[in-house]
Amino acid sequence: MSHEVDRRDPGDVGPGFMDAAEVTIREGIARYVIGFVLASALTVASFYVLYTSLIWGPGIPVALVVLAIAQIGVHLVFFLHITTAPDNTNNVLALAFGVLIVALVIVGSLWIMDNLNDRLMPLDQMLQMQR
Amino acid sequence: MFGKLTWDAIPWSQPIPLVAGAVVILAVLAVLAWVVIKGYLPYLWREWITSVDHKRIGVMYVLLGALMLLRGFIDAIMMRSQQAVAFHAAGYLPPEHYDQIFSAHGTIMILFGAMPFMIGLMNFAVPLQLGVRDVAFPTLNSTSFWLTATGALLVNLSLVIGEFARTGWLVYPPLSELAYSPSVGVDYYLWALLISGVGTLMTGINFVTTILKIRAPGMSYLRMTIFCWTALAANLLIVAAFPILTATLGMLALDRYLGFHFFTNEAGGNMMMFINLIWVWGHPEVYILVLPAFGIFSEVISTFSSKPLFNYRSMVAATLFICLVSYLVWLHHFFTMGAGADVNTFFGISTSIIAVGTGVKVYNWMFTMYGGRIRFTTPMLWSIGFLVTFTIGGMTGVLLAVPPADFLLHNSLFLVAHFHNVIIGGVVFAAFAGLTYWFPKAFGFRLHEGWGKAAFWLSLLGFYVVFVPLYIAGLLGMTRRLQHYDVAAWRPWVLIAGIGILIMMAAAACQVAQLVVSIRQRNELRDETGDPWDGRSLEWATPSPPPAFNFAVLPNVQGAEPYWEIKQRAIETQEMPAEPHYEPIEMPTNSPTGFITAFFSTITGFALIWHIWWLVALGIIAAYAVFVWFAWRDVVEYSIPAEEVARIDRARRQARAQWLAQHARAGVPA
Amino acid sequence: MSTTDAFVGHAPDPYRIGRSRDWVSTGGGRGFAHATGHGEGGPASKRVIVGYGFWIFLLSDIVMFSAFFAAHAVLQTATAGGPSGRDLFNWWSIAIQTGCLLASSFTCGLSAVATEARSQIWTQVGLLVTGLLGLAFLVLEGRDFAGMVMQGAGPQRSAFLSSLFAVVGLHGLHVTAGLLWLGTMMAQVFVKGFRADIMRRLVCFNLFWHALDIIWVALFTVVYLIGEGR
Repeated sequence: MSHEVDRRDPGDVGPGFMDAAEVTIREGIARYVIGFVLASALTVASFYVLYTSLIWGPGIPVALVVLAIAQIGVHLVFFLHITTAPDNTNNVLALAFGVLIVALVIVGSLWIMDNLNDRLMPLDQMLQMQR
Repeated sequence: MFGKLTWDAIPWSQPIPLVAGAVVILAVLAVLAWVVIKGYLPYLWREWITSVDHKRIGVMYVLLGALMLLRGFIDAIMMRSQQAVAFHAAGYLPPEHYDQIFSAHGTIMILFGAMPFMIGLMNFAVPLQLGVRDVAFPTLNSTSFWLTATGALLVNLSLVIGEFARTGWLVYPPLSELAYSPSVGVDYYLWALLISGVGTLMTGINFVTTILKIRAPGMSYLRMTIFCWTALAANLLIVAAFPILTATLGMLALDRYLGFHFFTNEAGGNMMMFINLIWVWGHPEVYILVLPAFGIFSEVISTFSSKPLFNYRSMVAATLFICLVSYLVWLHHFFTMGAGADVNTFFGISTSIIAVGTGVKVYNWMFTMYGGRIRFTTPMLWSIGFLVTFTIGGMTGVLLAVPPADFLLHNSLFLVAHFHNVIIGGVVFAAFAGLTYWFPKAFGFRLHEGWGKAAFWLSLLGFYVVFVPLYIAGLLGMTRRLQHYDVAAWRPWVLIAGIGILIMMAAAACQVAQLVVSIRQRNELRDETGDPWDGRSLEWATPSPPPAFNFAVLPNVQGAEPYWEIKQRAIETQEMPAEPHYEPIEMPTNSPTGFITAFFSTITGFALIWHIWWLVALGIIAAYAVFVWFAWRDVVEYSIPAEEVARIDRARRQARAQWLAQHARAGVPA
Repeated sequence: MSTTDAFVGHAPDPYRIGRSRDWVSTGGGRGFAHATGHGEGGPASKRVIVGYGFWIFLLSDIVMFSAFFAAHAVLQTATAGGPSGRDLFNWWSIAIQTGCLLASSFTCGLSAVATEARSQIWTQVGLLVTGLLGLAFLVLEGRDFAGMVMQGAGPQRSAFLSSLFAVVGLHGLHVTAGLLWLGTMMAQVFVKGFRADIMRRLVCFNLFWHALDIIWVALFTVVYLIGEGR
């Protein structure tokens, strides 16, 4: 059975498949080209933000994160064909779940470790105790 | 040539592991010899070892889990007896050995006892309840099982070759770092968990995909059984949490093998980060264990109360609520380790809130029983025992969730009693309830009721006699993991707990007796129709045991309890539903991939532990070769002809028709 | 699906909220042909199952990376008196690595278009270029690592360096595994053609390769660009 052509479900599509719209070769290539151009622009912008004073200093990490999120979005839409169409619902939900877990792990860990760090005795005080 | 491995790795000078190891090795060899001499090996290879059938894999998982529960229980007997005699005395277990025992006890019970048991029951029942033929990725399923078995094998191998970790079951650094644990014990732990963790992660992916994408026609989300919902929630947690275990243990392995400094004392390592990350995994892990347990109880209570589950939607909501909030509570495992009041408060409140989800479930179970026609079979007894025991354990948990209280009780025996209360009352009771409930479906005959009830009552009594004294000792200040103690006030409680363990040993003996007697009396206990309990969900529509393809024709689901509807209609009209049109069925072929992958993983793991680098390289290359060889297959499915399907299904229909003729109205089958 | 009645006619919107109740009242559950993910049509097709399963795997992989990211974020200042990111990062190398990986994602996508069009030669060309760009990425990254070790800034020097080598190295390991997989796929497409299961595996490979680039975006932002600022 794996030798036959796969059945397509009209209401459901796996991630990465270009079934969403019946794409021609030109349209398919065009999507990837647009994605590539946008992603390249965002990458260049990231390096630019870091090396020039276009953004106010302390705001640089924020700008970099925003650019990274935008670039990830470009990848998801143009390369992975994740859309908000109803046939993509399960894929978007799974992605949202993954993003939630990542956020909980990173934010939670940073908050906790930071809190512990703040409450850690300074090194010189610790050394004093050992004398 | 053999890395760190020498003949000294065998514990020649330590009688207990030496004798225990010898006994186990002899037993294993005896079983192997019996299998080979009787000629069962081809059958075992063909029907079980290379099987990709979820039912067979489920049975093997449960068998592994049951054996490991027994091994972990022996560790428990040793710990209780050591503490019973070690008042102002050294006891019979030296500290180095005692440390390994409590570490092995925790590791084995949770990761190789309870996890495989729950995963096995999910493997067996979920596809049947969804009305489909198998899980999404059958060969991956087989690989998952064999990798879990690899982990279990490695941990047990440490008994006879080398030693196990002495750090407790979560190997906190810096004790688990190379500087303070230079021997192979922590390495055994690391590779056993890293390898079996991959297997478990693959199970998670398999079941999430199955439950979301492979269901019988018409089975929308809100028509699945609650067991399938809890299986979904548990497997989502597996997918979300196990990668963190892999990462954290991977970091520790990098520290130990390549001199990295993630958690070391020097060069900037941060040990608290290990504790943080390991509990990000650790807390969802216990919910991975307990959510399927809740699902089992939902099925059992509903069936033996002869009523549909009360307030299905709130059960679904409570399940998803627990699934989500379980990822927001992990710091409660280390309240005392330096966080400020704001952090502790947040996690204390979230921990208290998660109890609400379970509370909703407990009330729903009680309301399911209320007004029902209750049958006090063995599974139902386990469920009632659970309701009382787990509620008590949950309450002690909410007590511990209050940070100031936890400052007194952290790492005391009160904590130990709490988590055993919820794990035994929740997961172990569910394991036995599920085992007794689905055993007839898997093997075609029921388990002996008398021995089952004896096992239940002795387990219930034994549990309280062991752990209530431990709660009291904990409140009196006794710390966990004590190899000996000098405080007279604790002595009576430790002794009573020692008596309790004897009661639990009797319970375990009853479980074994139940199995032996049931096999002997299997003809009297035969399940003729496939529906021994007057069940409500789809697995009871199949014969016992079900054929490889489960359902001759996938059921057309039109309501929430599809099999119950079909059954009631048949009883009312006194007619079987019309014979369906049979078509050939394609099923996946068996595959040795899982077994061979696990074989090479065992070799690679062992080689990594003992620093036999050439063998590591060989193992990795072999694993890759297996992958390519498997990927090159051309024949992945075989076809069962329509006549064969028809023949099997007609036999099923005949058994059901006979039952129908004997029962003019709704009632429990004989 | 021999149990389906031929339910012809005006199907209600399958995504309307509260549909399951309506479904029952309209005598529904008759096994529609739409596999909307709500189970109405029975099991989904193999391509959906395989694609979705692999998607879940990728999400689990990203969670694993997030643990290493969290560790790195915590340890970014734990330089133990040794070199920090600013002293070590070779910007040209990182920029070229980023470019290579992004370009390889692009060529991978082109090979996917070629696969849909069933063109053996363009699929192989696309995959080969993808592989070469990936290899270039690995070579540059390997040289960076070797350079750092030579300078005495290897992973054993400090916790910061341990976490750096670990998170970047883990990504590199994934790229290596991806290249091995790529080679295997090229061989399989060549020998077995565009069989349905080979096509499914190619889609999985595409997902994997794009996901690696997504992780690299996060990596170079957090580790290199933000790390540079410290």
